[in-house]
Amino acid sequence: MGSTGTASAREVLSRFRDPLLAKAIVERIHEYAEAIDEQLLFMHVCGSHEWSMTHYGIRSLLPSSVEVRAGPGCPVCITPASDIDAMVDLALEGKSILTYGDMSRARGTKGSLLDARAEGGDVRLVYSVHDAVTKARREPDREFVFFAVGFDTTAPPTAYEVLKGIPRNLSLMVSYRYMPPIAGAVLRSSLLGVDGVINPGHSSTITGMKPYYRYFLETMKPQVFCGFEPIDLLLGILMLLRQIRDGKPMLENEYTRSVTWEGNTVAQESMERVFELGDGYLRGVAVVPECGFMLNERYKDIDACTRYSLRRRDTREEFVAGARCGEVILGLCDPPECPLYMKECTPSTPKGPTMVSQEGTCKIWADHGLINSICRL
Amino acid sequence: MCLAFPGMIIGVDGDYARVDFGAGVVRDDINIAELASSVKVGDYVLVHAGYAIQVLDVDEAYNAIRYWEENLMWKCER
Amino acid sequence: MSTNRITLMHGAGGSIMHNLIKDRILGVLKPYMGFEVPLAALDDAGVCNGIVFTTDSYTVKPLFFNGGDIGRLAVSGTVNDIAVIGGKPMALSLALIIEEGFMLDDLDRILASVEHTCKEAGVDIITGDTKVVERGSLDRLIINTSGIGTRNPLLDANLKHVNRDIRWLLDSNIRAGDRIIVSGSIADHGMAVLSAREGYGFASSICSDVRPLNRLIDRALEAGGVVCMKDPTRGGLADLLNTWAERSHVGIMVYEDRIPVKESVRAAASFLGIDPLEVGNEGKVCIATVADRAEHVLAAIRECDEGRDAQIIGEATDLFDVVAMRTVVGGTRIVTRPVGDPVPRIC
Repeated sequence: MGSTGTASAREVLSRFRDPLLAKAIVERIHEYAEAIDEQLLFMHVCGSHEWSMTHYGIRSLLPSSVEVRAGPGCPVCITPASDIDAMVDLALEGKSILTYGDMSRARGTKGSLLDARAEGGDVRLVYSVHDAVTKARREPDREFVFFAVGFDTTAPPTAYEVLKGIPRNLSLMVSYRYMPPIAGAVLRSSLLGVDGVINPGHSSTITGMKPYYRYFLETMKPQVFCGFEPIDLLLGILMLLRQIRDGKPMLENEYTRSVTWEGNTVAQESMERVFELGDGYLRGVAVVPECGFMLNERYKDIDACTRYSLRRRDTREEFVAGARCGEVILGLCDPPECPLYMKECTPSTPKGPTMVSQEGTCKIWADHGLINSICRL
Repeated sequence: MCLAFPGMIIGVDGDYARVDFGAGVVRDDINIAELASSVKVGDYVLVHAGYAIQVLDVDEAYNAIRYWEENLMWKCER
Repeated sequence: MSTNRITLMHGAGGSIMHNLIKDRILGVLKPYMGFEVPLAALDDAGVCNGIVFTTDSYTVKPLFFNGGDIGRLAVSGTVNDIAVIGGKPMALSLALIIEEGFMLDDLDRILASVEHTCKEAGVDIITGDTKVVERGSLDRLIINTSGIGTRNPLLDANLKHVNRDIRWLLDSNIRAGDRIIVSGSIADHGMAVLSAREGYGFASSICSDVRPLNRLIDRALEAGGVVCMKDPTRGGLADLLNTWAERSHVGIMVYEDRIPVKESVRAAASFLGIDPLEVGNEGKVCIATVADRAEHVLAAIRECDEGRDAQIIGEATDLFDVVAMRTVVGGTRIVTRPVGDPVPRIC
């Protein structure tokens, strides 16, 4: 049985948005939650998961005893302010900056790249690193810097371009993060006390499930690898509940059409040839060992930090005074507990990354708080 | 943290492929060099920021969704 | 770095632009409140002594895109802004600001498009202006069109079905229970323009919907029961619904499965990580009607070519005061006003 054919492949994929199946899963989720009869905290560590949770209104479908919180998993939120400040400085010094769209709005301690553009800086939006390479090649006498942010899904394409050779007038400000140790930190954190983690479907498509196994052995807490359609997320939550109800925690794969045990070995190999792992600083949260990608010795000459002798300052005062973004990013406190929330810091006047980013926890809370009032109608 | 979307391969040219994201929305510069397995016309790939990161196992998706439909929905009408 | 400079966000149709207008522009101008529809109403047009007056500038890039160009856009946008408030468009001005070195054949193509669209809308250019600026100080061409109109003769008969104290179809007219109609598929224009933009470009059959809508609007008024109308341009449906909720002090509930989106537009928006609700339209209108006239208005506009995909997508309510949406899987989410232009996401 596998004759899904091509036309029906699109039909098969659309069934991961089927409202009737969603209704059935939600009923079963409520059943399991009642059987467990405890307040449960699940956490995901992915901006796109938060986007789907919000876009499809998943939280409004869950029982009150099941909470799904966003952990540190969105590049706009966790890229250190010092990296953003360095790019803003380079823009104002006349270098041409190439950045992904959503990253252009992230604010360091001195404003965003969009603000730098208003000050006269040459800041251009790109859809892919290939796009960045093409732009740099087209204007050889201009110095370009590509803001290389993201996680395991975004790093391999850059590794591919570096291995193929990038033009001499292009350098990279690398701020990639390796996800497994971050998920491990969330699982281990007694402070958080999570009952289960939803692992990011696309980052683990690259890394595979294997690097997460050590954190399972260490914590024996449920982990599910999840896709991004509404049915994927609802099934992921159902699987976590089923593991808890049966007392059988495990590493479970919901996103079977993409995630495998080994992952994408070709992409992993490209990354190993270009990057090395070191301590990675998650903005305002913590330094997580072995989660920061950096260009290795062979490619130091295309590293923007060496080319422009920038000192990577992991400044602690990452946020506006009084803001509790770091604790919100790690899920230690809810946005309303921050003194600036919906006062100086609002969606249109964001002071911290968790309000700037479309998937930032505060931005979601600014909208989400209202959903509860509506759902109770 | 990574938005990726499925598209069908409608042409291959070395490291690059023409990909249809549905209803004739086509990009012809999707990089397929970072894939663990070779691809052919008709395959579905997950694309992130211009790069294919996985060949989608559509049969697996079909089996998975059928499993859950049969398991959860025999109770309520289809 | 000072933050008291204009950024691109101030012109992107979202909350940052609205704040600029409300706090800074209205704050300084202190508009005269004696007009029938004064500046402070911040509606699609103003009305003084029975004359409907509006203005708009057009900076679309690229100038030519699938389904239209800046010339057709400049006429349609201003005609639609007069028609949605209950005016009958009469005459337009046409101001061209051209960069030195602009190709004359491109200018001819654009002027032909202006002429063609004027005839389609039944209006004429009555005055205008042409300026040329040095090379490099402007990106090729900007067009401003202003327009005047008189009270649409069909308006009063329409208002008989409404029995509220309403003179013009303002954004503040909506009451709980009113139904919301959209005249066709959303996000066509914005995605058509984006498909031609370097970097994000993609080949597709997606065409801009740019066109004058005054004929469709007349059909709606003939059916009767229209309370308010607005074209969801910059900021898309999300910005429009939030403007209505804010100005009319109501909540709005819409249903995602009733909002028409072409499959090609949905595919393009998905792979770029953009929400179709935030993407601009240039040939669609949203119509609020009293509950018992919604089906009549819907049937009337579906007879027009430009309204055949129209749908009732939701209703106003006083149970909450935001814009909410019932999603395809039955969940509920808030539709917030976009902050600026939709930007392709990687995360």
